[in-house]
This record gives sequence, C-alpha cells and structure tokens, in this order.
Amino acid sequence: MMNIAMPLFSAALPEIFMLCMISFILLIDVCLKEGYRIVTYGLTQLTLIAVFLFAMAQYREYPYPIVTFGDHYVVDKLAILTKLWVLVASFFAFIYARHYIKGRSILYGEYYILGLFAVLGMLIMASAYSFLTIYLGLELLSLSLYAMVALQKDSAAATEAAMKYFIMGALASGLLLYGISILYGVTGSIDILTIGNALQKGLHVHNPAMIFALVFILSGLLFKFGAVPFHMWVPDVYDGAPTSVTLFIASAPKIAAFCITMRILVQALPMLSPAWSSILVVVAVLSMFSGNLLAIAQTNIKRMLAYSSIAHIGYTLLGIISGPTSATGYSAAMFYITTYVIVAAGAFAIIALLSKQGIELDQLDDYRGLNARHPWLAFMMLLLMFSMAGVPPTVGFFAKLGLLAALVEAHYVWLAALALLFAIIGAYYYLRIVMLMYFEEPREDLRSNRIAISPGITTAITLNGMAALILGLLPSALIDVCRISLG
Amino acid sequence: MTAVQVIFYLFSLVAILSSVFVVASPNPVRGALSLVLTFFAMSGIWLLLQAEFLALILVLVYVGAVMTLFLFVVMMLRVNVMSLRAGLVRYLPFAILLSLLIIGMMVIVVGPKQFGLTHLPLPPALAKDYNNLADLGNMLYTNYAYPFEIAAVLLLTAIIAAISLTHRKPHKRKIQNITKQIAVKRADRVKLVCMPSAKKINLVNKPSGAEQ
Repeated sequence: MMNIAMPLFSAALPEIFMLCMISFILLIDVCLKEGYRIVTYGLTQLTLIAVFLFAMAQYREYPYPIVTFGDHYVVDKLAILTKLWVLVASFFAFIYARHYIKGRSILYGEYYILGLFAVLGMLIMASAYSFLTIYLGLELLSLSLYAMVALQKDSAAATEAAMKYFIMGALASGLLLYGISILYGVTGSIDILTIGNALQKGLHVHNPAMIFALVFILSGLLFKFGAVPFHMWVPDVYDGAPTSVTLFIASAPKIAAFCITMRILVQALPMLSPAWSSILVVVAVLSMFSGNLLAIAQTNIKRMLAYSSIAHIGYTLLGIISGPTSATGYSAAMFYITTYVIVAAGAFAIIALLSKQGIELDQLDDYRGLNARHPWLAFMMLLLMFSMAGVPPTVGFFAKLGLLAALVEAHYVWLAALALLFAIIGAYYYLRIVMLMYFEEPREDLRSNRIAISPGITTAITLNGMAALILGLLPSALIDVCRISLG
Repeated sequence: MTAVQVIFYLFSLVAILSSVFVVASPNPVRGALSLVLTFFAMSGIWLLLQAEFLALILVLVYVGAVMTLFLFVVMMLRVNVMSLRAGLVRYLPFAILLSLLIIGMMVIVVGPKQFGLTHLPLPPALAKDYNNLADLGNMLYTNYAYPFEIAAVLLLTAIIAAISLTHRKPHKRKIQNITKQIAVKRADRVKLVCMPSAKKINLVNKPSGAEQ
C-alpha cells in the first residue's frame, strides 16, 4: 500500500460547506410549495454570507500559502480575496435577480441552484493549483451559466444566446484542453507548482512546443474573458440572455477568470512572459479598439455594455502585460477588474430594474429623461457611467490611472498613450447615456410609466452606485488589498 | 517497422479518416457511426499504450451507451441537412486557411524533436502482475480525490440543467392532464353539424355515423 498524506480538509471549508448547502437547498426546494419559494432565495443568500465568513476567517488563519489535496488545491491571499469578491458580486447579482425573475417565466428554484453551482465553480477556480482543477472549475462555472442563459424558455433570443454561448464555450474548452495536453507532454506534469519550478530551472524554456501550448491555453482563456479576436459571443449572449443572467455573467466570472489567468501566466509560466506579453499586447490593443468603437454604433444598451466589457477586458490585460517589469502591474489589473465588476453589476442591475414584466427596456431611447422619472436611479446610473468612462471622482479614474502608471513604469509609453486615446473615445458613449438621462425629455409612452422599486433593491443599488464613488474617493485600502494578494 | 508501429499507424489512420468523415458526412447517422469508429480506433491506440481499462471503458461507455443514445436522438430528430450546409462555400476559405495554419503548427511542433526520448525518459517496464485498474483506483481516490469529487459535482449540475431545461414548466410538454380528461364534456369534443342530406344515396353502403 502506498502512503497517502491526508488532505487538509479545513483548508477547503468554504467549498465543502457550499456543496453541502447546495445539496440541502436542492432537497428543500423540491418539497417547497409554490408560495414559499422565498425560502430558497433566503437560504441561497445565507449560504453566500456563511461562505464569505469562512473565507474571511481563512484570511487570518492562513498567512502563508497552503497546498493540499495532492497539490490540486491552494489557499493563499489571491485565492481568498478572489473568493471574497466573487461571493460579494454573486450576492448582489442574486438580490437583483430576485426582482427580475419574479415576473418572468424563469424557474425560480433552479435559477438559484444553478447560480450557486456557478459560484462553487468560481471558488474552485480561485483555489485551483493544477490545470485539472482549473479546467474542472471552469467547466462547472460555464455549464451552469449556459443553463442559466437558457432558463427563460419562452424567449427565442435567450435560447439562441445559450446555444451560441454553449458552442463557443465548448470550442474554447477544447482549445484550452489541447494546450494543457501539450504542456503535459512537454513537462510531464499538470501541477502549476511543478511546471513553474521546472521552467525556473531553465528546462523546456526554449522548447517551441511550450509556445504552441501557451497559444492554445491563452486562446481558451481569452475566449472565456471575451477579448478580441475571441469576442464574437459576447454581444449576442449579453443581449439575448435575461438581464439578471447578463449581470451575473458580466460580474463574478471575470474575477475568477482573472485569478486563473494569474495562476497560469504568472505562477506557472512566468519564464514565458516575453512570449505571452507580446501576444497580450496585440489582444489588448484590438480589444480596446474594437470594443470602444463598436460600442458607439449600438442602440441597445445591453449590447453597448457588452462591447464596453470587451474594451475593459483589454484594459485589464494592459496590467498583466506590464506586470513582469512593473511592481504594480498585476495589482493594478486586479484593482481594475474588481472595480469594473462592481460598476458593470450596477449598470446591468439598473437595466434589469427598469424592465417591466414582459417588456425589456433596453434601448438607449428608453433612458431618455430618466432623471424626470426617477432622479435617484438616474444619479446612480450617472455615477456608474462616470466610473466606466474614468471621470475623476469615481473609482474608474483611479483604476485607469493605476494601469497607466504601471504601463509607463514598464516602458510601454506608446501603449499608455493608445489606452488613453481609446478611453477618450469610450467616454463618448458613456456620457451620451448621461446626456440622454438628464437633458432629454422622456418618451411619450414612458412618461406616465411609474418606476416601482422595493426599498431593499434601492438600498442595494445605492450601495453599488456609492461604492463607485466612495472607492474613488478612498481607493488606497482596496489598492493595498490587491497589492497584498499578488505580492 | 515493428508490428506495434504497424498497428499504431493502422489505428491512427482509421481514427483520422473516420473523424474527418464525422464532419464531412452528409448524413448525420453516418456521421455518428463514423464517430463510433473513431472511438474504436482510439481505444485500440490506448490498448497499445497499456491503458487497458480505459480502452475498455471507452468502448463500453462511449460506444455502448453514449453513442447509441446519440444515434437514437439523431434518428428521432429531423435534421435538415441542407440548412446545415448553408454558408459552407462562404466560410470554406477561412476554414481551410485556419486548418492549414493549425496543421502546419502541429507538424512543426508535435514531433520527435520536442517529445522524443531525450526530453522524457521511457517509462519503466511494468511488472507481470501489474494491474491497471488497481493503479487507477489508487490514484483516483488519493491524489485525485479532489478533482474526482468536482467531476461528480459537474455531473450533478448537468443533470439539474438538463431537467430544468426540458422537463419543467413553463413549456409545451406532451403530457396528459387526467383531471381535464375526466372533466371533459360532450360539447367540448363533439360538434354536430347540420348538413343537407345527400340527394341520391350511392349503392355502396357507407358506414353511417362516421362523423368526426
């Protein structure tokens, strides 16, 4: 018999607890009568809060990285912080979703259960320390998301979006797996630690197969991120999916995807950084360019925000590019993606709130004169749009500033100048929404249409919008946290 | 060329040709059947690699269960082949270009130069009583316990997703509503139509009361 080191189960407490709770909620939901569905929602949110507390406790408990479960699992600052962000983003996504799915033919219980599975997938991704667990976490997340997009069964657009998302996602997974298989063929391992150490010793660095593997892995990752040239699915899925699902897709998974990108590029393949940073430069420039330019042409706000998300992913990649030579590159990228997630969640939440039962108000025209109809909501949208555009008092400004500083430090001045140029182009379509809301009259048929929002949701959206402002006024704490996690 | 090499190339050739045919075949049933052939050829290659258990599982699970079900579905669905082919000519140049690019990269990279015995040592010869299955079990439930559990969760998610997408309302499900069937009234189903009687009755006696 071989000797086995017993895994440290307490390290994986958040995931284990989450899985138990999902199974429990699944059983409870089966027995619930139609009128008591709120129990499912309550238990879902309680689970997220409890897992958040467990992860919080781990932050203090494990000051040094712990690798366990046969080197497949890691607890370090990056993993814990990613988990905390993912949990917060999902918590808000579920709050907004409850309002949205109430009036639609979306299965109530399944929505939350699939959502929880997606969150579990993201937690697994955050703690993954081998390519196998990275892949499995990614699949768990993607599979739940495909189903969530298709949950609105009476909507042809949602079904089409789900189909596109599924096929594109399957292709991306195939690319990623092929890259991993080549990597395994060269190094004989799928552990991030083992591969990183082998490369550090100078083994395999000059093997062309490594670049080949890197290209495929990177394509898979960029597909999931939705960066140009792998962005085709983003506008269609964001537009076709129910808005609450779009909100979910646009928020938490981006942070988890960032975490696995850091693990693969920075922890496993740092010796290949000349190769991957030159690939990422091209991808980042193309993403910022086409994202910002195509967003201008959109009349549908969901599509517009989809293109804007492509552009923001381009900006995030800038931080990763400058990372190897600049001390603040990675943390600037993490700061950027986390703040973008807050802002994007808020913006999609407002779109979801404005839609009435059966009618989607997602055209730019529908936002005309929003200030006259609901001043507070319009103000929140203003803060969020300012933050996306990078207007000073909001957090988006500091996020972009950090990235540009890192780029200049890494001697990519031309890239910083390009990024600034694209940011100015991007400001046009964000500010156009502000202009429509404040300086135009509401559309005739919407003038008498009262916007009814429950106080709970108002609190959530206020927190979300204010976060964009307050993090902008006091960004240092969040910047420090990002720096610690990637230190 | 040793016998093992001959067998390897034979299986590889069959695998490649049949997988090309999966995509190229105009008939979905034939496509599915060639996928079965691909699995067979792959399991032959796995046997050569001494992964006997996995090879058998591939045949049993994929050929025996998954593909049979898949064929069943393909036969049930009326797939419009012509609509699937639409746009083929338009996209063909891109497809050929991309395929050539990727195949070219593969030919350059995946070869003995990068993956030869100089890079990775030959694995030690296995003992006579070596048990593939025991080794696999040992690995799966010790070092790979965590990924194994995640895979199980993945399957659970797939089940929930599939059921919620197909079998749960709101959807047009073909199901009997027994209460409605019992409570049905004559007026709901039978409509009496007053028709002028035919003037001349044919000599061939038609069954009467065949009113729909």
